[in-house]
Order: sequence, then structure tokens, then C-alpha cells
Amino acid sequence: MKPPDPQSTPDPLPEGDLIDRALVAKDANPATARKPSTPPPADVPLSLYEKHTTVHPKRIDGPFRRFKWLVMVVTLAIYYGTPWIRWDRGPYAPDQAVLIDLANRRFYMFDIEIWPHEFYFVAGLLIMAGIGLFLVTSAVGRAWCGYACPQTVWTDLFQHVDRFVDGDRNARMRLDKAPWGAGKAARRFWKWTIYLVISFWTGGAWIMYFADAPTLTREFWAGDAAFVAYATVAVLTATTFWLGGFMREQVCVYMCPWPRIQTAMLDEKSLIVTYKHWRGEPRGSLKKSQKNPDKFGDCVDCNQCVAVCPTGIDIREGAQIGCITCALCIDACDKVMKEVGRPRGLIDYATLEDCEREAAGHPPRPVIKTLMHPRTLIYFGVWSAIGVALLFALGSRERTGITVQPDRNPPYMLLSDGSVRNSYTVKLRNMQSRPREMELSIVGLPGATMWTDDMNRDSAARAIVREVAADVALPLRVYVMAPRGSEEQDFSFKVTALDAEGETDSTETAFNAPEAP
Amino acid sequence: MAEKRLDEATNTETVGHEWDGIEELNTPLPRWWLWTFYATIVFAVGYVVAYPAIPMVNKATEGMIGWSSRGQLAKEMDAASQQRSEVVAALANTPIERLNPESPLMRAAISGGAAAFRVNCVQCHGAGAAGSKGYPNLNDDDWLWGGDIKAIEYTLIHGIRQPDADETRFSQMPAFGRDGILSSAEISDVTSFVRSLSDLEPASAAVTRGAALFEANCAVCHASDGTGLREFGAPNLADAIWLYGGSREEVAATITNSRYGMMPAWGERLDPVTVKMLAAYVHSLGGGEDFIEVAEDPEVEVDEAP
Repeated sequence: MKPPDPQSTPDPLPEGDLIDRALVAKDANPATARKPSTPPPADVPLSLYEKHTTVHPKRIDGPFRRFKWLVMVVTLAIYYGTPWIRWDRGPYAPDQAVLIDLANRRFYMFDIEIWPHEFYFVAGLLIMAGIGLFLVTSAVGRAWCGYACPQTVWTDLFQHVDRFVDGDRNARMRLDKAPWGAGKAARRFWKWTIYLVISFWTGGAWIMYFADAPTLTREFWAGDAAFVAYATVAVLTATTFWLGGFMREQVCVYMCPWPRIQTAMLDEKSLIVTYKHWRGEPRGSLKKSQKNPDKFGDCVDCNQCVAVCPTGIDIREGAQIGCITCALCIDACDKVMKEVGRPRGLIDYATLEDCEREAAGHPPRPVIKTLMHPRTLIYFGVWSAIGVALLFALGSRERTGITVQPDRNPPYMLLSDGSVRNSYTVKLRNMQSRPREMELSIVGLPGATMWTDDMNRDSAARAIVREVAADVALPLRVYVMAPRGSEEQDFSFKVTALDAEGETDSTETAFNAPEAP
Repeated sequence: MAEKRLDEATNTETVGHEWDGIEELNTPLPRWWLWTFYATIVFAVGYVVAYPAIPMVNKATEGMIGWSSRGQLAKEMDAASQQRSEVVAALANTPIERLNPESPLMRAAISGGAAAFRVNCVQCHGAGAAGSKGYPNLNDDDWLWGGDIKAIEYTLIHGIRQPDADETRFSQMPAFGRDGILSSAEISDVTSFVRSLSDLEPASAAVTRGAALFEANCAVCHASDGTGLREFGAPNLADAIWLYGGSREEVAATITNSRYGMMPAWGERLDPVTVKMLAAYVHSLGGGEDFIEVAEDPEVEVDEAP
């Protein structure tokens, strides 16, 4: 148990029937005893190892819980459903809306197709995601942790499974302590089976992003899918089962770097879930505080905030790394405050600065003022600048490209008539999902002609036309021949798509020649 | 050693050493570590029995399962040639001039040839096949003995001036100066004429004198216009390419002492398929000529114009 607060005199026994018995049931969750503040007796060896205590959060309803439901449904729907959205791209490209085609090195996202050399779009998105996290943290604190983080969402889902199979908090704690028997084994088997099905579904959904979902599903069940598909599903099933089913809040407290980074990012202007201790302390049971209204604060020490907490912390101890700011304790506390007839918000979203203002008796500031501090605005500015730049790049990019690699050994070749030949590997990129005729031409280099290894030197010309298949880069071995006496100089290869759009691209390269005698 | 005692805070035995009041705890090894250690011992025993391990006087113990690094290499090489066997068989059964230039078989032959070239040919012809003085550049369109794929294969198989090889490409230019056929003044005139063929020297009296000497001494092999003759490997003297250099000194040295470039008969050293691959690779470098079927009439020559 929490060490006794010197200012309060906690009631050792639950009493009174004004409130639901469960509301005043003493918290038996050992997790609240996580931080021993007194040194252990001398005969107990010091240990740096802390044994895990299972958290059994209690069911609660309220605005924040409903918001959490909503986020869970939306995020899970996005995760499981996205690969099944179809998107027509014509006969030469896959019709899956979101597809990471690793085998062919293409990334499809609705109308956007990304080639490997355009990976900076993905890098930009990742940077936006990173700065987005900063922005969210700066604006609304650890909202990512509390609502949208996959670990939170799946932990929440699995905790609902616990509740569905084993009942609510007290029933689960009883079952945990109960000796193993047929009933407990059956319940555990049933629960872990549900865990496993969810985990398998989670792992299975992941691979759908990397191949045509309906085809892969058929192949998967027919045993024809690639080994990597089965291995990925197996690994993700195992990690989901383990992290969501058993590790849960330990991931947030011990494994995840994000809460540690958060401690550096939160300040007195950050929105966090706060217990307003000036209002709550000294705490005392309802009965006591009704006897001596002047001696006690609003907190009736019902421990509901602890009971509903999915990470098993006591928010009244202040901000801490285990608090993912899911705000379920706010729901719980508000409910109790309503029942005992006191104003809501003993535990509430607030900044530390506002807490001080409130404690000093000033009225709370409007939410908009909390949001509009410089750090948030700067993050938002950077975040949207990157977003606009990406959109601009996306809108103005060409779907025709050329790359040239000159032969370095030998750099040039003297032909028998004295003319000079250079060799190049040229790639014509057709990034449209339809075949196109493309013209490769020489810009500069007077008198030069070119031919490729699949045509005769006699038909060498300043421009050659090739049909480039849909969505491929066509490699060409190009020989460029300049007349006798040509000197070393730069010139360009230019590619022009011979269609209505007429996109072009060009690249400069060197023409090597022997030094003039 | 000081007396061992228990540490107060942790109840752990100390090792007994003390440095300025700092003591070391004799913390036992973690169990998982200890068991891992035992497991490695068991593994080591099994390994020593199964694999070559203990060095003896002449060689190491052989191990029960008969593994050796040499044996493993042989197995991997076998597997590799097994993989190539299909291509190799197809190449062995196809006359080189019948290889379709667009076919995957040709592409396989070219890449195989590129690998073989790096092992066998780069010493003289260079990594880029660009050659150097005395070693022909294989990228260009100037061929001494013929540049179609069949002629290249023949050159590869039989070599050039390979001693004791009956079918080798052979010719011998007289050493006009060393053997006293031409005087040094005459050699100087011939040099002027030869260089004038590719516009390296303007017309002059020396060129005119040299032309007469060339017609009398050289035209049999190099043709009157200096364009050479492939049957004898006689180079084209009217083009821009000089195997042994085109300066006055170099050309005069060639006329005086002659040249005797040699290439090994690779047919004696390499298997026919590798030779085919090499021919395909060399032909693909950009100067390869089209193979023209020799007609029934033996009088009709293969077209040798570049």
C-alpha cells in the first residue's frame, strides 16, 4: 500500500453504504505499492528487480472512455480494413489502394505511386509523423500514449477480453489468486484462445499490406504463400500475444522510449492528467468528511482512480512515467464526485501552470489559450511547412525520367575512321502505369550520333525511339560517336515522352575524347 | 587475504579483498549464465568429436561426420556447375554463329564470358578490354583477323602465332631494316607514305618515293591502298588505329624490326563452352561485326569491310 500521508488519516476499514460498496472497497491492487518510499527491513536483501504485479483495471464509463472506444474502433478498422480497399489504376498496375510492393519496389497509396528513388516522400512522411508526435505532445500532452498507440489500443482490447471472459476487476483478482483447477484452466484456455485469434488476425492483417490481399489470403490458407509471409504472421502473432496479452503496461513503463522522451518534452504548460491536491487533500472517507467538513478535502479516498487505471498507478502521486493520460481516472473521479455531490474535475486534464493559478484562486483559462503557446505554434508551423513542401513536390513531379552512367573503362574508344565513341548505360524511366513511346535524343555534342547494342551502327542517329513498358525503367546500352577531332566536352541526354503530355527529362554527362595531338 | 564476511546491505559474501574501504561482493553467477556455460562445454565436446578439431603431427583429427572445408567447397562448386549445366549444354550444342543475339542464352553467354575474361584475358587486354600498345583494343571496329563472332571464336581457340599449333593464326612480316631489305633512307620514305595514308603527313617527295617502295614490298599483304588483308592479319594502315603507335619513330621501328604479336591458343586451355562465352563477350563490346554466311561458291569471300 501507499505509505500513509502524514496529513491525512486514512480510514482503515471500508464503511458506509451511501455509495456503492465497490466504490469504497479498499484497493487491493498491489501495483499501487510499486514505489516503496521507506527502506526495507535490514534482513531483506536489497534487490533491483521488481516483480510484476498484474493490473486488473475496473470497468468505467464516461466521456473519455467513450472517446477511447471511438479511437479504438477507428484505428483498428483502419489497420484491419485498409488493405482490402480497391483502387482502379488500369490494367498495368495493382488495384489495391495501399500496397507496399517490395518485390517490385513500388509503393502505392491511392493515387500516389512511389518509386524507390522517390523515397524522400516516405522519409518526409516519417519526419512529419515525428514532428506530429511533438506537436500533439506540446498541444495535448501524451494523447498518443493514451489513445492511439498500438500498444495502448491492443492492451485495451485484451483487457476487454479479460473482462468478457473472467468478469470485472474483483472477479479477476479472485480468479488470479484462486488455485489452479478445471474451472480456472478452462477460463484461461478460453481467454488465451481469444488472445491468440486476435493476435493472429493482427499478424495476418500486416502482411496484407505487402501483397494483393485477396490473392494472398487464398495462397496463405492453401499453403502456397511465401515463407516470409508465414514467418511474419508467426512473429507478429507471437509479439501481439505477448505484448498485448501479458506485458501490457510494462511495455510503456520499461520498454518504450517514448515516455522517457516525454519527460523531457513536458513542461508546466503541457496538458496532463492532474490530481488537484489542493482541493483533494487531506483526503478522508465520505463519512469522516461529513462529520468534519472543514478538516477534509474533496478526495474521499475511494481509490476508484487507481482501480480503473490500465497501468495500475495512483494519479494522486502526481505526474509519472506510467501515466499514459488515458483519462479513465477522470471518468471515475467525476462519477464519484457527482454521487457525493461535489464539483467534477478533482482529477482533470490541466497544465501545471493552470493548476497553480486555480490553487491561487484564479478562474481557469480557456482551452484555446492553453493550446496557443509558442512551442505548439512552432511545431505546427514546421509540421505544416513539411507537409506543404511534400504536397508541392508530389504535385509537380514528372513521371518520366532518365539516368545515365558512362563507361569508365575504357573512357573513350578511337574507331578506325578516327571518330570517337563513348559508351553509356542509359535508363529510360516510365513511371506511368501505361506503356509509352519515348524518344531519347542527344543535346549538344555537334555531329554526334548514337546507336544501341541491339541496332546496327549504320542506323545511328541523333534521336532514337523506344517503346517503354508500363511502370518500368528500360535499360539501354548506348554508343555515342562523335566525328574525328571531337574534344572532351559535356552534353546531355534528353528523353521525351511521345504522348499528349510530352513530359521530358534530361541529364548532363561527359563525352571523353583523346587529347588533341 | 582478509577474512570473508557478509555485506550488511545485501547479505552477500565479500571476496575478502579491500581497497581503501571498497570491497567486492562475491555475487554468484546468474543461473542462466551458468547453464549456458555448461551447455557450451557439452557443445564443445560434441563439436570436437564430430568435426576436425585437434591438430596432430601431420594433420588434424578428422571428425566423425567427415566434414572438411575442401569437401564443402567441392560440394558448392558441384552445385554451382549443376545450376549452370542447362546453359552450358545448350551452348555446347549451338554453333556460335547460330546464337540468336537477342536470346537469353546469348545474354548468359555474354555474362559468363565477362567473368572468364576477367580471369584469363585482362592481363594483356585490360579490364575494360581496351588493350594497350601491342595488345589490341577489343572494343573498337578494327579487327586484324576478323571481327564476326565466328572469326573471334577461331582466334580464341587457335591463338595467334602459337608455336606448335597447326591451325593458329599465322603470318610473319619481314624485318625490312634488320634483314637489310630496305636501307634506312628507304624505310624513312615508306614511313612517310604509311603515315600519309591516314593524313598524318602531307604529300611530299618522300611520300611519293615511299609509295613506290610500298607497292614493291608491302602491298602484297597490306594492299596497295594500305587497307590490309585479314587472311594474313595484315593491319589496315589507312585507318586511325595504330597497334604499335603511329609516330614516325614507332612506324619506322615496326618496318625495321617487324612485329610478332602472340596470343595463346585458348582451345588448349579452356573448354569449348568457355571459349564460346568469351567470343560472345568480346563480340558484344561494341565493335563486333555481323557474321555473313559463306556462300556455296568457294570463290566468294567473306565481306570484311568494317
